[in-house]
Amino acid sequence: MLGALTVILCCQLAGEMLVAGTGLPVPGPVVGMVLLFAGLVLRGGIPVALAGVGDALLGHLALLFVPAGVGVVLHIGLLGREGAALSVSLLISTLLTIAVTAGIMRLCLRGDGDGMRQPGEATKPSEAGQ
Amino acid sequence: MTDPLAEIWVYLSASPLAALTLTLVAYQAGLALSRRLGGHPLANPVLIAVALISGLLLVSGTDYAVYFDGAQFVHFLLGPATVALALPLYRQLATVRRSALAIGVSLIAGSLCAILSAVGIAWAMGAGAQTLASLAPKSVTAPVAMGIAEALGGLPSLTAVLVILTGILGAALGPPLLDLLRVRDWRARGFAIGVAAHGIGTARALQVNETAGAFAGLAMGLNAIATAILLPLLWQLFVSL
Repeated sequence: MLGALTVILCCQLAGEMLVAGTGLPVPGPVVGMVLLFAGLVLRGGIPVALAGVGDALLGHLALLFVPAGVGVVLHIGLLGREGAALSVSLLISTLLTIAVTAGIMRLCLRGDGDGMRQPGEATKPSEAGQ
Repeated sequence: MTDPLAEIWVYLSASPLAALTLTLVAYQAGLALSRRLGGHPLANPVLIAVALISGLLLVSGTDYAVYFDGAQFVHFLLGPATVALALPLYRQLATVRRSALAIGVSLIAGSLCAILSAVGIAWAMGAGAQTLASLAPKSVTAPVAMGIAEALGGLPSLTAVLVILTGILGAALGPPLLDLLRVRDWRARGFAIGVAAHGIGTARALQVNETAGAFAGLAMGLNAIATAILLPLLWQLFVSL
């Protein structure tokens, strides 16, 4: 477990150093993710210990956003001033992105029925009995 | 009468223990409440935890800096968690190879659409440059979005809030929208929600269908990379105009 955590931290550190050294416009941890991904492809599999540590981190991903999210208390004034612009932008942009992405993906996948929903198959978790 | 209480508070503020405990307790309260409400997408555990802690800080007159001093140990783990996103990405390697062209084209279209529509609408409605920089990466998973926003001169803490709200909107409204548009392919449904609404959308897609969940997780990882590359380039273009 300690070894797996060290591997993850080493990838992050190498990513941060690459970004600092080359001025890449990408966050260091993203470069670290690409490095780890390349390592897994070269190795041809995920070591059990690494899967344990990685999945534990990702299993509680939502918790990790909380400290940054509480930073909203610093921006209450700004949210009051620009709240309307932000709400309209978030709502329209999110729906438009879903529609555009799904539309283009559907066009590109046309003629290959692999992932089609079967007639009568549920689209909601409640209907699927979960 | 409040003096002993104030003394205890001063004592607790000096160590990370109180902020760390508060973060974990508030998050678990959020989880419990969300479960009690049947996992309704608007009852998001992060949103509930943020509201609880923010309210407590405002009521007690505690500075965010004092809270963050302790909570930064949780915050630090965002970096390693981002690196760990390589694992779900690797597990989807075979799927990616099979539909590589469809994935690449829809990824770039979706990523550009998310950035341009968000920034365009907010700019037209009079939002300032710092707000636009905080908003631009809103469809990307929070740790990456915060890093991008910081590099563009935005406010990472504002970005975190906007990212969470985007995820909740996409998870709640995405499936009915896709039904309306008659998109029946699970791969397209999952991928679209993952590009637009990152991890929160992925969690929702996983509840509905395994293929949709896998494509949503893949979309979340790829959009983090695509936006991290595309957005700074676009931003330099905006600024030079």
